[in-house]
Amino acid sequence: MMANSYLEMLFKYPEQLGWPILMGLLVSSACALVGCFLMLRRMALVGDAISHSVLPGVVIAFMISKSRDSVWIFLGALVAGILTTVMIEVIHARTRVKEDAAIGITFTTLFSIGVILISLYGGRVDLDLDCILYGKLDVAFAATESGAWLPPRIFFMLMVALAVGALLIAFFKELVVCSFDDGLAASLGLNPGLFHFGLMCVLSLTVVAGFEAVGAVLVVAMLILPGATALLLVDRVPPMLGLSLIHALLSTIGGAVVAYHMNWPSAAAMVVVGSALFALAWLASPRDGLMRRWFAKSQSPNLTTPAPASKMELDL
Amino acid sequence: MSATTRAIILGLAALALGAPPVFAERIGDIVTTDPGEQLVKFLTFSDPGVRWTVLAAVLLGAACGLVGSFIVVRKMALLGDAISHAVLPGVALGFAWNMEKDAVAILTGATAAGMIGALTIGAIRRTTKIKEDAALGIVLASFFAIGICALKSIENTGRAGNISGVNHFLFGQAGALNQSDVVVLAIVFALVCLFLAVFCRQLLAASFNGEFAGVLGLPVRWLDNALLLLLTMVIVVSLQAVGVVLVSAMLVTPAATAYLMTDRFHRMLSYAVLFGVIAAWSGALLSFLRTDLPTGPFMALSASAMFCIAYLFAPRQGTILRWLRRLRRERRVREENTLKAIYKVLENRDFDGESVSFEELAQIRREPVETAQTRTEFLVHTGEATVDGDSIHLTPPGLQRAREVVRNHRLWELYLTNEADYAPDHVHDDAEKIEHILGEEAVRALERQLDFPETDPHGKPIPTV
Repeated sequence: MMANSYLEMLFKYPEQLGWPILMGLLVSSACALVGCFLMLRRMALVGDAISHSVLPGVVIAFMISKSRDSVWIFLGALVAGILTTVMIEVIHARTRVKEDAAIGITFTTLFSIGVILISLYGGRVDLDLDCILYGKLDVAFAATESGAWLPPRIFFMLMVALAVGALLIAFFKELVVCSFDDGLAASLGLNPGLFHFGLMCVLSLTVVAGFEAVGAVLVVAMLILPGATALLLVDRVPPMLGLSLIHALLSTIGGAVVAYHMNWPSAAAMVVVGSALFALAWLASPRDGLMRRWFAKSQSPNLTTPAPASKMELDL
Repeated sequence: MSATTRAIILGLAALALGAPPVFAERIGDIVTTDPGEQLVKFLTFSDPGVRWTVLAAVLLGAACGLVGSFIVVRKMALLGDAISHAVLPGVALGFAWNMEKDAVAILTGATAAGMIGALTIGAIRRTTKIKEDAALGIVLASFFAIGICALKSIENTGRAGNISGVNHFLFGQAGALNQSDVVVLAIVFALVCLFLAVFCRQLLAASFNGEFAGVLGLPVRWLDNALLLLLTMVIVVSLQAVGVVLVSAMLVTPAATAYLMTDRFHRMLSYAVLFGVIAAWSGALLSFLRTDLPTGPFMALSASAMFCIAYLFAPRQGTILRWLRRLRRERRVREENTLKAIYKVLENRDFDGESVSFEELAQIRREPVETAQTRTEFLVHTGEATVDGDSIHLTPPGLQRAREVVRNHRLWELYLTNEADYAPDHVHDDAEKIEHILGEEAVRALERQLDFPETDPHGKPIPTV
């Protein structure tokens, strides 16, 4: 099929194709932007932890408010997300348990509470575990039932993506300084703790908004894959952000096409295409791709390949 | 550690041998819902289904505790999480092998996929500037997505018989475990024990200092990969009971709890096994009280509860005990500083008169009179001083302790100038800290080494006690 026939179909079947693609695009762009900063701060797995540990917040908010109103669910998830970062901090700052173990303990505890609440009050909670693991991007959007020009969930996601983008642009310099050098940031009169906390709030917001669409596990891919792929190709932060957005765009559209042909779940197909793009960059990156390394090795076997940064730190 | 675990296995085997007649093949087939009745059934082992589940839970807890200890001390705690998600494509492939729930094919596929995932993480870390945490996240989510798509493809062919059984691999239900699952668990557990028993010392060296182990000539790479394979196997066999997400809890939480309880790795291993077994057992018990409860979350929460207790009350690492110890230390330092200040006031006027006013104390401490008053109250409380109107008197024990502190301070100053070549104006701050800590024996040694001196570097007399 040619590109224009895909376009034709998009507008012909907005509920089945157009809205899910738009939703996927918004989720993956917002995640890509936040994810770049997570990568830089070596906090990629905090994203994983939060995506699981918002569950009890969502369930409790649902039980209290008795509605699937986004605002309540969102507040519950935000509280749970902040609780997660606080718990991780409390465990690893006060004991000798390291941060990775603290993350593991925290998110499994909160996730368990969420699952138990669902199974105890399952009848009354209209949330199912499949949705949490797989996401429901494919669910037909009850499009313009209220005469709105956008389905309300997409509108909400649009607002979240815009807010994330605006916040990151507004505090770009501060975030970069805090990500690379806490000490320098503090000496410049910034409050690194505050920015850390702010980033965690934005992360919770993004994860919660994307959670329902793509599921808890796949949202991790959308957070990390774009930034990681970009990091293989460039060194500076602004081009990294730009490339990660391109990665998000390509994987969304590619994912939609693949999902259509293979009859796969859209969110999973998006991630598969995204990881294929990552694998491609890993193999063929002109800077330090695997192919370049192999090529360099076969050209001059005596010349050792440039060691990656982490190795160099060790050798020093 | 192997003695403890062997004892546990033997005990359970003995329980299993005295088997009453068969009621149900699996715990999940039991339909009674009265919690009391369920509790009795669970505790008396009157049902073989219960026995299999309990045996499975205990084996699972022990195996996870053993391999979990290694990944926790290696700061790779989340590797378990990545592997547990990465097995999904292998599960799908194993299912596609002959389109049915063939345990051997699925377990083999899952182990292979988990191993490939773990090796990919290592490759990403070695060959790019991407850090370990991001590498874990990439493998976790990518493999999981590939697995979902693969399962969907199998479903799309329409030839898949009962694919819903695959869901047990994702969410876990210990109630669905039967005899053959327990046999697989036991084999894996035996492999883990055997491997650890043979290579314990080598693994210890490789875990705590890989370079050192390499210098010793140990095959570090092979040891690491073997450990990785065992970890993957433990994860794969645990998935059916606790599910993809909560395998991490069984791996990390008991081991982290043990890490808080002891400094020795051998003891940590046995504690981790103990906590893992308790968590798994109590999780199975709790989820058994009603028929529709999942097992994994209860196991994870039991483990978290134990971690919480250790976090607060562990003998050396527990925060409450550490907090109490700090309070006690701070109080002692405050008291000794007050005593020292009073002694100095007395010394400054050549011990003319025995009482010191609050104002004099405040002046020498350079603080408000109110603070001097509260300071003194603590001394009155311990019986080291009495207050009469505006004057403070040291009691004999108070005077004794004051002299000790001043002696410690000045001895240390002298030691630093004479033996460590410090300038005399640089020694005060150091002595200010050490004076509270020096024990009797250290003081004796100092006195001997300095040949029983009488004055400190500033010419002040060192009091005798």
